[in-house]
Amino acid sequence: MTDKLTFSLVSPEAELFAGDVDQVDIPGTEGDFSVLPKHAPFMAAIRTGTIIVRVDGVETQYFVQGGFADVTPAGLTVLAEKASLLSELSAETIQAEVTAATAALANLNGDAALAMQQNLDGLKALASA
Amino acid sequence: MASLKELQNRIKSVKNTQKITKAMQMVAAAKLRKAQEAAEKSRPYSERLSGVISNLASSMTGAGDAPELLVGTGSSETVLLIVASADRGLCGGFNTNIVRKAREEIVALERAGKKVKLFLIGKKGYDQLNRLYDDRVVEYISLKEERKLHAGIAQRIGEQITAMFERGEFDVCKLVFSEFENVMSQTPVSQTLIPAMPDFGDNLGADAQDRPAVETAGGPDLGGAIYTYEPDEAGMLRVLLPRNINAQIFGALLENQAGEMGSKMAAMDNATRNAGDMIDKLTLTFNRTRQARITSELIEIISGAEAL
Repeated sequence: MTDKLTFSLVSPEAELFAGDVDQVDIPGTEGDFSVLPKHAPFMAAIRTGTIIVRVDGVETQYFVQGGFADVTPAGLTVLAEKASLLSELSAETIQAEVTAATAALANLNGDAALAMQQNLDGLKALASA
Repeated sequence: MASLKELQNRIKSVKNTQKITKAMQMVAAAKLRKAQEAAEKSRPYSERLSGVISNLASSMTGAGDAPELLVGTGSSETVLLIVASADRGLCGGFNTNIVRKAREEIVALERAGKKVKLFLIGKKGYDQLNRLYDDRVVEYISLKEERKLHAGIAQRIGEQITAMFERGEFDVCKLVFSEFENVMSQTPVSQTLIPAMPDFGDNLGADAQDRPAVETAGGPDLGGAIYTYEPDEAGMLRVLLPRNINAQIFGALLENQAGEMGSKMAAMDNATRNAGDMIDKLTLTFNRTRQARITSELIEIISGAEAL
C-alpha cells in the first residue's frame, strides 16, 4: 500500500480535511461506494450519512448532509453542504436536525420531498446510533 | 475667546469621543481577523464548485437541454441586481462605494433599455437606494439580526433567487458587492450570477468587464479517461447550479463583511487620530488662555499695590 489518495472534504464554511488517505467510504444517492487510489474519474451526488476516512488503519468518521463527490486522477474532493466530525456532534444537535427536517418535509413535494426524506432517513439512522 | 470652563468641557468631550472611536477600531480589528478567516475558509468550496461545473458544462456541449440557470433564458430584458451592503454605518466610504457602483449599473442598464429590479441585502444600501429607486426594489433583507454569517443565510437567499428565476421574474442576475483586497482598499465589483456561463450559449449581453460566475477553465487532465456520472450530467447540473449561486452569494457576503470591518477599522483609526490632534490643539489654547489670565491678574495686583 504505497499508493495514497489525495482527499479533501470541504463545506461552504470550512475545509475539514485535506491530505493523503488510503480509502474513503462515501454514501452516494444511488448507493454507497468506496474510493481507493487510482479510482476512475467519477462524480456522484451524496445523501445524508457518514463518510469514513481510512488512513494507516485509523478510521475517522465525518457526518455530511448533501453534496457531491468528485474523483479525478488528481484525487477525491467531497463538497458537502454541511459537514462535521461525527465525534463532535451531540445527540441534541441531531435531534434538532431531525425535527427541522420533519417540518420541512411537510411543505415539500416531488423531487425535493424525496431528497428531504433521504435526508431525514439518514438523520434518523444517525440519531438511533 | 472661549472661557476656561468651556475649553475644559470641550477637551473632555473630545477625549470621550476618542475613547469610543478607539474602542470601535479595536473591535473592528478583531472582527476583521475573524471575517478574513471565514472568507478564506469558504474559498476552496466555491473554487472547486465552479471547477466542477465548468467540467460538467464542457462535457455537455451541444446538448440542447442545458439548464437555463447555466445558459440563460435567451433574452436579457429584465435584470435583477442583487446589491449586498453592510447593515451598520461608521465604516468610511464602504457603503457609498457599493451604492455608487450599483447606481452606475442601473443607469447603464436602463440606458440600454433593460428593466431593472433590485434585490437588496443590508440596511445601509437599502436606505440609499430605496430613496432613488423605490419603485424597482422587489426585495430587501437585513442581516442585522444574524449574529454570525453562516451558509444557511446564503442558502435562503439563493433559494429565493432561484425560485424567482424559475417564475420568470428576471432573465439575468447580477451581484454587486465589495471585494476585499486589503484593509485599505475594497473595490466594489459586479458579477453575473445567472446565466452562470454566458459564453456557453449565445452571448447574452454580459459585459466583458464583468466576471462570469464560473470561469471557463479547461477541465482537469483526466488522462484520456471519461467521467462517469451518478446520476447523469443533466441531473447533476440541476443540483449543482443552485448550489453554485448559494456559494457565490455566501462568498460575496463574507467578502463584504471583511471589507466592512477593514473599512471601519481604517475609518475609526482616522477618527482616533483626528481626535488626538484636536485634543492637542484645544489643550494648547487652554494653557495659553490660563496663562494670559494669570498674567493679567498679576498685573492688576501689582498696579493696585503701586497705586497705594
